[in-house]
Amino acid sequence: MELTLDSLRGKVAIVGAADTPVGKLPQFSPTGLCIDAARRAMSDAQITKDQIDGLITCNSMAEPYMYHAEAMAEYLQIFPRYCMSVNAGGSTTFSILHHAAAAIASGMCTTVLITMADSLRTGLTRDQAMKMQSSAGHSQFEIPFGPTVPAFYALIARAHMEKYGTTAEQFAAIAVACRKHACLNPTAEMRTPITIDDVINSRMIADPLHLLDCSLVSDGGSAIILTSAERAADFPHAPVYLLGVGEGHGHEHISQAQSLTTSFAVESGRRAYAMAGLGPSDMDFAQLYDCFTPTVLVELEDLGFCEKGEGGAFVENGNIELGGLLPVNTHGGLLSHCHPGNPGSMFALTETVTQLRGAAGARQVEGAEVALVHGQGGIMSSHTTVILGRERN
Amino acid sequence: MDVHADKFLPRPTPESAPFWQGCKEHKLLLQHCSGCGTYQFYPRLLCATCMSQDLEWREASGRGKVETYTIVTRAVSDAYAADAPYAIALITLEEGPRMMSNVVGCDAQSVTCGMAVEVVFEAWSAEITMPKFRSVAG
Repeated sequence: MELTLDSLRGKVAIVGAADTPVGKLPQFSPTGLCIDAARRAMSDAQITKDQIDGLITCNSMAEPYMYHAEAMAEYLQIFPRYCMSVNAGGSTTFSILHHAAAAIASGMCTTVLITMADSLRTGLTRDQAMKMQSSAGHSQFEIPFGPTVPAFYALIARAHMEKYGTTAEQFAAIAVACRKHACLNPTAEMRTPITIDDVINSRMIADPLHLLDCSLVSDGGSAIILTSAERAADFPHAPVYLLGVGEGHGHEHISQAQSLTTSFAVESGRRAYAMAGLGPSDMDFAQLYDCFTPTVLVELEDLGFCEKGEGGAFVENGNIELGGLLPVNTHGGLLSHCHPGNPGSMFALTETVTQLRGAAGARQVEGAEVALVHGQGGIMSSHTTVILGRERN
Repeated sequence: MDVHADKFLPRPTPESAPFWQGCKEHKLLLQHCSGCGTYQFYPRLLCATCMSQDLEWREASGRGKVETYTIVTRAVSDAYAADAPYAIALITLEEGPRMMSNVVGCDAQSVTCGMAVEVVFEAWSAEITMPKFRSVAG
């Protein structure tokens, strides 16, 4: 029998959440963005830095430190008893949330600041950013053949098209939905509506992925404050409770994947649903990792929102847009809101908090009570699924 | 060979050195486990199926099928720009393992899933020869 941390359900809550501005921010260093995000989240939670006894961060590509979390603690002059950096690519955000929840539940600390930022847009040249990100490939058995990050994901997209008949237009529908949501979000980078034809007619980057199938390259930072459910009642905003969390780690390099079309989101999702005692049909909206459009389609299937192979049909006809069956990436996602690398999913997390507080304005999901957020890192390698809700039980 | 000088050349490790030596001799070598009979790629210190260390290098047939592919139009770096558009494929070898490579010797647009391919070798430096694949149909 699998050992599960059932005890994490309803044990911790997010009490502060905030983003820095995003986009092209040469006036900020990556460290500056990380600290500014922390300041904003503490202000949102109305707590002082002395109340933070746990700190988790992820490293910055543009301004790396050997021990990043320790460097951020030093910069802020806070002295946590739990201090850690996590590096799981796009899955980092939710893996960190998992670690932070376990640390609070086990008594290692009481209140954790999670803060992340990077400056992929202005802190690195385009070539540096491309090289750094494509280093996700195997140094001997993949990288020498010249794959870019879009190429790695294009391999998955092509395999899905071949096996299930998925079309480029269906991938494009995901970009269109994200852009539609970004148009309702004043903080999103890309706020001009696009059509499926716009995506299909945009420049081919790595066949079958077009420019508009690819996420942005941004500067930005985002932070949250997590504490025990008991303490959460004392904060100004309605707490957002962690109801379920699960991870699944299938491979690091895509050439070693057990399946090119089914990911370990199946495992992370199964674990998160089991902890929460909820299923896909209970979710009012979902934030799914969208570094490229095909990832959303595979995640919808693997997280049980539709049958395997039917993701293409599911994303059509506005089903994943606001007002549809399952609104996805209500802030605009990595495709249209912003994507500063590993911290990218933080914005999906803060958006989920905003939605569950009922404070999302024009893009509010009516009556939102429970949501699923999912991050994947590497090349569909590491997966973490989180289920959050307004009610503790 | 100079055109390859600025590419990302693999750096062989103790586990992989026999594989790269094989490529230099135009042989595609795979590890075969005497314990469980599995072929594996990439090279490892042990068999990732049964954990046996009783591994033997065997020459593969060099034939396989394209499982999936992409055509890269925006090269990863200047050193690869002359090759663009280039096809990157995941190839399932006859012996079972899957490997990444380029499909060469044809228009990248003609690559398809299921295409039968065979290994060819491309010398990049005095030490490194890369295993690439071409269509069996020619």
